[in-house]
Amino acid sequence: MSQLSSRAVGVGRVLIAVYAILALAATARSIVQLAGRFDQAPVAYSLSAFAGLVYVLATIALIGKGRTWYAVAWVAIGIELLGVLVVGILSIVHPEYFPHDTVWSYFGRGYLFIPLVLPILGMVWLVRSRPRPEES
Amino acid sequence: MIEWFTTVQIAVAVGAGLLCVVLGLAKRSPNDLILGAAALVELLLIAQVVVAIVAPAFGNAPTGSGLEFWVYLVSAVLLPPLAVFWALIERTRWSTVVIGVACLAIAVMVYRMNVIWFVQGPGALAGL
Repeated sequence: MSQLSSRAVGVGRVLIAVYAILALAATARSIVQLAGRFDQAPVAYSLSAFAGLVYVLATIALIGKGRTWYAVAWVAIGIELLGVLVVGILSIVHPEYFPHDTVWSYFGRGYLFIPLVLPILGMVWLVRSRPRPEES
Repeated sequence: MIEWFTTVQIAVAVGAGLLCVVLGLAKRSPNDLILGAAALVELLLIAQVVVAIVAPAFGNAPTGSGLEFWVYLVSAVLLPPLAVFWALIERTRWSTVVIGVACLAIAVMVYRMNVIWFVQGPGALAGL
């Protein structure tokens, strides 16, 4: 068990699995978009790619041991929440900015609103699984 | 893709997913039934790979992006083994929930593949 961080245990493993699936989905989809039709919506597709990378980082940081990864997890999940809120609001107020869907458009509607709920659950889990003093 | 087969596949993935999530929340760690459900979902995905390779030769080709379709299908095929591996590192009731979540994700992915194969035009990307 010492191989695992205090975050990759119990229900945290379900959270990490959901993160990993979303990271895979968002990254794979944005690769298809960047490869096939980048010129149609460079901003939207760059944003999707960025979001995908943030989910990858969050997944790794949640699995990683120690205080550094714990801090990285907070940053990554914070960016996610900010991203889904800002892009979500902008896509409703100014839909013309986002003619092409991104992961975060309309608060992640295209992904069953998981992008909106997941960072909140992630933060709850981070608060509940603070690194123990002996974990360096 | 073959519509009835895809429908069966989505139904099996949803069924397996719900079964695993419910059994996990009922505090069951992975047993033969749960791993069997994941194996069945994987088997149907491999059958789908064969269908997707063979079907275009019979005039049944994807109407949408073939690249996008294959990215979904390959990702879906990889999911059950990865989920089972991740689940069995620490074998608890949450392992069962992880397998269930993966099956539900596969159901969504197969639905998306179906849309890419059959449905084009406005609204094709609505929802997912």
